[in-house]
Amino acid sequence: MFGLDKKDASLLLIVAVLVAFAPFFLNPFPEGSAMAQFNAGYPDLMQRFVIFGIFAIGFNILFGLTGYLSFGHAAFLGVGSYAAVWMFKLLSMNVIPAIILAVIVAGIFALIIGYVSLRRSGIYFSILTLAFAQMSFALAYSVLTPITGGETGLQLALNDPRILSAATTGGNIPVPALFGFEMRSSTQWAVGDWLFTFNVGYYFAAIIMLCSFYLSIRIFRSPFGMMLRAIKSNQQRLNYTGLNSRPYTLAAFVISGMYAGLAGGLMASMDPLAGAERMFWTASGEVVLMTILGGVGTLIGPVLGAGLIKYMENIISKINSDILHTWFAFLPDGLEDVVVTLIYPFIGKGWHLTLGIVFMLVVIFLPGGLVEGGQRVSRLFGRKKKAHDPKNATTEPAE
Amino acid sequence: MSKGNLTRRGVLKTGAVAGAGLALPTYLSAQDSGFTNAPSGATVTLGFNVPQSGPYADEGADELRAYELAVDHLNGTGADNGMLETFKYADGSGTVLKGSGVLGKKVEFVTGDTQTKSDAARASAKSMIEKDGAIMITGGSSSGVAVAVQALCQEAGVIFMAGLTHANDTTGKDKRANGFRHFFNSYMSGAALAPILAAQYGSDRKAYHLTADYNWGYTTEEAIRSSTEAMGWETVGTVLTPLTQTDFSSYITPVLQSDADVLVLNHYGGNMVNSLTNAVQFGLRDRMVNGKKFEIVVPLYSELMARGAGSNIAGILGSQNWDWKLENQLGAKYSGTNAFVQSFGTKYGFPPSQAAHTCYVQTLLYADAVERAGSFAPCAVVDALEGFSFDGMGNGPTLYRGEDHQCFKDVIVVRGKENPENEFDLVEIVEVTPVEQVTYAPDHPQFAGGALGSCNNGA
Repeated sequence: MFGLDKKDASLLLIVAVLVAFAPFFLNPFPEGSAMAQFNAGYPDLMQRFVIFGIFAIGFNILFGLTGYLSFGHAAFLGVGSYAAVWMFKLLSMNVIPAIILAVIVAGIFALIIGYVSLRRSGIYFSILTLAFAQMSFALAYSVLTPITGGETGLQLALNDPRILSAATTGGNIPVPALFGFEMRSSTQWAVGDWLFTFNVGYYFAAIIMLCSFYLSIRIFRSPFGMMLRAIKSNQQRLNYTGLNSRPYTLAAFVISGMYAGLAGGLMASMDPLAGAERMFWTASGEVVLMTILGGVGTLIGPVLGAGLIKYMENIISKINSDILHTWFAFLPDGLEDVVVTLIYPFIGKGWHLTLGIVFMLVVIFLPGGLVEGGQRVSRLFGRKKKAHDPKNATTEPAE
Repeated sequence: MSKGNLTRRGVLKTGAVAGAGLALPTYLSAQDSGFTNAPSGATVTLGFNVPQSGPYADEGADELRAYELAVDHLNGTGADNGMLETFKYADGSGTVLKGSGVLGKKVEFVTGDTQTKSDAARASAKSMIEKDGAIMITGGSSSGVAVAVQALCQEAGVIFMAGLTHANDTTGKDKRANGFRHFFNSYMSGAALAPILAAQYGSDRKAYHLTADYNWGYTTEEAIRSSTEAMGWETVGTVLTPLTQTDFSSYITPVLQSDADVLVLNHYGGNMVNSLTNAVQFGLRDRMVNGKKFEIVVPLYSELMARGAGSNIAGILGSQNWDWKLENQLGAKYSGTNAFVQSFGTKYGFPPSQAAHTCYVQTLLYADAVERAGSFAPCAVVDALEGFSFDGMGNGPTLYRGEDHQCFKDVIVVRGKENPENEFDLVEIVEVTPVEQVTYAPDHPQFAGGALGSCNNGA
């Protein structure tokens, strides 16, 4: 169905089920218990999971298929956010026009940057994209302050025109909504000690993520995707056969940029503010990490990588030494302090250290990312699979 | 076909769940209490959102210390009661806070890292509101972050008590009904500094500005320019420097070639430490221009920056919101200062910075407003804080103006000490500019373009 073979269809189905029931299994611990610290089922983080999932899926279309490592992808995310917030300021608080404009603007931006950068490949391409992204960041941060809000970020104001909808609601700025469904509104469902939150914005972003995921499967399995893979395996040979590979790479770059713009537009829809830091080079690096961590060139990998990094960023970074002391309070005093001192550098603001270690372990022992880990586990426990697995063919170590 | 069945079921499932998710909120989202995160148990949670990493991590650490101290005092679990002893209302009666929690609820807190980035700060504040049930968010050490988090709190329906934020915009064009600022601002720095600069350096000076290239830099430059030009100074050059700049040599050289005799460094944090060090290395302080001694001015001073710049700050003028020596040197008008310094010193072993002071005071002011309002509902707290006059918090008599939620109080002009005795006593108080001189109309051009809106109780 949908033109997918059975394997891809079941993968899409698995993702759909995971996403639909995320509020349940991201909140596995009862409220008030010591483990509630690790619950991730609150709207903001769930939205981030799927939005960065879209970002990483898009990045994977470029990096996973063509092998071109763009180090400036965050610029498209930022441009998308700015476009979306401007739509909220000028047109209406409906998220649809905002997201459409975000995708279009990011696409045009990607076309310009891609046209220039794709004249080179390999490290030169990476550096060119990095340079463009840093230029965009610097422009957004200071020179273009009237358009981007500079350091403060672009925000909504009470006196924005919003020509298609009411400029204010009860003396306050209206919130982004989809035909009356406010993105931030949530429903809580208490089952015993458990509390599950269902958020409109999350499900809206999730549906878009599923569509993006489906589109990405179609691209992977299409002749176009095959051509992109040919570029990755040997671009020179492709050129010698008389094919011009530039239009293909440019198309992949623009598609990938539009995915990033979509993610940026969604981010602005969930939280109507666009800041220049979104375009900083560390943000571009983050999506590279997500993709490699999950598995370059695999379908589901980037989504898993995005989830893992966002989880660590939001959950591990919030553990502070007081919390550690309560966890290890059962130990004798001296021992407790030793244990806390040993763990402390890896939590709180030290979450980058933990991320670095996880990243190193994955790259060294699981070059195919989390997806390869999953495959190894399933091979260990599952029945003998047929020797040729089409997905294994795509798990290649990161460059 | 089997795969067709498989996916149709998946689509139906997804559709059903998503549909339920979309439809439910309309009748379930309103809580009984009528406002976001109404505390139902025996505790109330405050969110302390401070920079724990990045360029302002030092300020953030000091802010967190102050918050923990404030929570100790509110719960009555500290070694003493700090400013609860000195906090007085305009009629002279003491605060209603008794050190037994707020409205009978024990105060608990969660912390987050703003990383001095608006996005990270909002994510952290959102998780405090959505996950931890924080009823009030406070903290921050940058105006960009303050403005971003303030807007978020307005949307979410919680109170925001700004920490260290000095740009005019926080209570100017980006002001919000749910946000309050105790710290002073760029305009006040300019108004307080200009008369003293004229008195010390004369009124026919030529000033050259180096300005950090972001919002706070712009508003500070504008404020200092307009105040000093009103005193007769001339501005001969203004140059924007990137925030990430660490070597300012290339910006100092043109100053030497111009006929400027005053350099104004609209920099903060690491920027200020580096630019000032460069300026002193280039011998600017020993220069004579137009027959006058060359001077350097730093509009916003902080103890932590002074420590970073070392002996380079000797003799340089700047303004501060508060200083820990205030009550000792200028008397009982600034009562509260010693009480706070003492309990901070007892707990941590060194005197607090002005960032710690403003954060501590903001927490107490919030708790007091809740207690007086008899409710945690944001709109009730806003009513209690608007137009609220108080004393005994270290700054003398202070007013929380209702029109823009800005505190009005005396501003301190300080100078770097020539021979500091220890690393905490780096500045000397030159003069205190009385509140009348730094007060401005709510519609002053430097603050124009924003609107408070109305208070938001949230869901």
